[in-house]
Amino acid sequence: MIYRDSGHMVTSYRADQQIFPVLQDRWAVLGLIGFAIAGVPLLADEYVLRAVLIPFLILSLAAVGVNILVGYCGQISLGSGAFMAVGAYAAYNLFVRVPGMPLVVALLAGGLVSTLVGVFFGIPSLRVRGLYLAVATLAAQFFCDWAFLRIKWLTNNSISGSVTVSNLEVAGWHLNSAADNYLFCLAVVLVLCLGAKNLVRGAVGREWMAIRDMDVAASVIGIQPTSVKLSAFAVSSFLIGVAGGLWAFVHLGSWEPSAFSIDRSLQLLFMVIIGGLGSIMGSFFGAAFIVLLPLLLSRTLPAASGLFGFELSTAANSHAESMIFGALIVWFLIVEPHGLARLWSLGKRRLMLWPFAH
Amino acid sequence: MAGMLYSLIGLGFVLIFKASGVFNFAQGALVLFAALALARLAEWIPKWSGMSPGALSTTLAFIAAAAIMFLLAWLIERLVLRHLVNQDAATLVMATLGVAYFIDGMGQAIFGSDIYKIDIGMPKDPIFVLADYFQGGILVNKEDLYAALIATALVTALSLFFQLTSTGRALRAVADDHQAAQSIGIPLDRIWVIVWCVAGVVALVAGMIWGSKLGVQFSLSIVALRALPVVILGGLTSVPGAILGGLIIGVGEKLSEVYVGPFLGGGIEIWFAYALAVAFLLIRPQGLFGEKIINRV
Amino acid sequence: MNLTDTAFIASQRAQRPVGEVILDVRNISLSFGGVKALTDISFDVREGEVRAIIGPNGAGKSSMLNCINGVYSPQQGEITFRGKTFKQMNPGQAARLGIARTFQNLALFKGMSVLDNIMTGRNLRMKSNLLLQALRLGPAEREEIRNRQFVEHIIDFLQLQQHRKVPVGLLPYGLQKRVDLARALALEPQVLLLDEPMAGMNLEEKQDMCRYVLDVNDEFGTTVVLIEHDMGVVMDISDRVVVLDYGKKIGDGTPSQVARDPEVIKAYLGTGH
Repeated sequence: MIYRDSGHMVTSYRADQQIFPVLQDRWAVLGLIGFAIAGVPLLADEYVLRAVLIPFLILSLAAVGVNILVGYCGQISLGSGAFMAVGAYAAYNLFVRVPGMPLVVALLAGGLVSTLVGVFFGIPSLRVRGLYLAVATLAAQFFCDWAFLRIKWLTNNSISGSVTVSNLEVAGWHLNSAADNYLFCLAVVLVLCLGAKNLVRGAVGREWMAIRDMDVAASVIGIQPTSVKLSAFAVSSFLIGVAGGLWAFVHLGSWEPSAFSIDRSLQLLFMVIIGGLGSIMGSFFGAAFIVLLPLLLSRTLPAASGLFGFELSTAANSHAESMIFGALIVWFLIVEPHGLARLWSLGKRRLMLWPFAH
Repeated sequence: MAGMLYSLIGLGFVLIFKASGVFNFAQGALVLFAALALARLAEWIPKWSGMSPGALSTTLAFIAAAAIMFLLAWLIERLVLRHLVNQDAATLVMATLGVAYFIDGMGQAIFGSDIYKIDIGMPKDPIFVLADYFQGGILVNKEDLYAALIATALVTALSLFFQLTSTGRALRAVADDHQAAQSIGIPLDRIWVIVWCVAGVVALVAGMIWGSKLGVQFSLSIVALRALPVVILGGLTSVPGAILGGLIIGVGEKLSEVYVGPFLGGGIEIWFAYALAVAFLLIRPQGLFGEKIINRV
Repeated sequence: MNLTDTAFIASQRAQRPVGEVILDVRNISLSFGGVKALTDISFDVREGEVRAIIGPNGAGKSSMLNCINGVYSPQQGEITFRGKTFKQMNPGQAARLGIARTFQNLALFKGMSVLDNIMTGRNLRMKSNLLLQALRLGPAEREEIRNRQFVEHIIDFLQLQQHRKVPVGLLPYGLQKRVDLARALALEPQVLLLDEPMAGMNLEEKQDMCRYVLDVNDEFGTTVVLIEHDMGVVMDISDRVVVLDYGKKIGDGTPSQVARDPEVIKAYLGTGH
């Protein structure tokens, strides 16, 4: 089947504004989602589900959140780990302290608390930008690191901030197996990302991008920088907070504050850079990349070292990982600042013309 | 005094920012790398050359470490910065983050990741000063005093360099306006190599001092993140600001821990510096001595 | 420069009545640090007219526009728009009042397509909240389509159809200026402030732009205040002219009056015009 959009005329604005205007794209995505729902649980083994797919889904959601703030609205943020922590611990508190609290409500409420915190820490963005804003978001990160470690009330009085949840169920459906967890995450991620995509292609998304590109011009056409920046922080923190809740409840089961440290923030930022700033799909690409890379390295490095004839310890593995990450970030920023998403769309455009050259 | 170390790291930040407008997140990684290099070279040089460990071998190790830092600086400029000349601030920040990761990994891969000692012959015993004014005097570490002396010497040397030499003048021109400097023939890439070399040396001195005090370990690179607020307080473009900022933060952290900490459950050192930085950002973003940030319409 | 067709349109327009004073600028003084950009400037603009502001470089024309629009705040003086007087204004307020503008150096959103850029101009009219937009059902979708239809009219009007989806950064300068104008028009403004709309254009592009400006004024009755250097354009399309020099007003009247004013000739026009 040849990839083309000729012969498919759009006859309404509604059709023109769809998420996937090209027919084949739409079929491909629907097919992929169908496979994800029906096929994957049957085919994938427990390891793949637990170690690859579930982290990938949850981190994609968080990456979409970060992308909204950093990629679409241009506000640099190094505090996303903290927002994940807020979402996780808030959901935890509600789940544990309120008897009979449904899981989904707890997670969404965790997201809302994260929204409030996010808006609060977004206030500096009204005054400063760029590097200075990065410092303010780092403040959020370190403050939350400390808060979840030291303020006992937040963690239901656990000693080191480490907590556990178990026996998750959604309206009678018990999340026992890896496949259950996977499907639950898939559902949450799909719904929220659809919402995010709608926001991004609507008026709000344009406002965010206007502020990113030139906020003086934006104010001249009546866009208020204040409310727009804070709305970006709000939406972004909500998504990141829910992702944090999912990460804690579904992926980890029991966790402590260090699961959401600055390393996590940087990891999310890298996902967004490599995947593509300002692209929802790019967030997925970036998450996939960051999830798969360590696994790939741990498989190939021993083999490579065998070739070169020297011993590699696990420590060396993580060093190599750092080096490759760092090198890749720099490479991407130099070669394709718009990340994998741009490479993807360039590839699709080539495919659309294939077999012709232009 | 942690303040001194913060100042030195902050100095590295300020230097690179002044000269190239790039904020170097990799400064911490550079400090760690330099410290590791120094520590290991001090071990290896005696082993390789049969010298007995002592002042001579340590000095050689220092020179070798400095040479490695120069090489690293040149590589960074060549491979990374040259290609990112016209990108916006966010991209550059993220690039330096990438460089930081890379140097982190590489440093530990080459030099190992255990805790190492640096012995540069600094006396470790404390002395009491001002016994007449305060009861029992204030306990000051002799090591800290020496550290402060070294740092002061470094800063003085650098200030003289900037003000009096023609290279220093070129550096200031580049910091002001890249394109203008380029158009009068100042070789931008060579200047940047020099700047990063200087930053590398500052990193080396910082690493040396702290390594001698605490031992070289991974947490050193995290310390750099703690030094960020220093330059916010002092102003990103101000050398004296970095010094003063470092001192304020260093002292402030300890004081806040002692006086405010108990109310809040302790351990507030982690974010005290940042809270101070945020306060400054909201009230006076350019710090104590920095230039006012003008947003032209 | 030959603008016979626009001169014709202009002469037709001369028979149309021009309304009351819609914008009144009084005793505006503006300085930056020690530099006085504007000194005691006063003039008025009538509804439906095309008012030109001319003067040598550095005369303060852009600063004047920036004051009307709220980007700069004058130290002295006030501006009355439709009867309401303002000492301070901010750009958002100005946009809501119906004052739109274009910029000399273009202020387009480089990361977005032409269509999206113009759609941002409709933002003030798009009222649905975040949740509705996220769900993209009913009201939010209908609102989006309604505004899209309006923007498409502007795109037809300015002949930008084939460039709709192109990222603006990739367009040539003349087209970018047109997109800037389109975005300003998307606000449905009562007053349109144009800062050197013809700068950097060749003859054909200038003719096109003149025609667009006159069409806007003609069809929608939009009052236009424009800064322009090309004297041929100014003479042909403007109803009245204000002349600035070194931040002071040295002439005010119809184009022919101003062209004969000795002060203006000395400062700006030179002989032979």
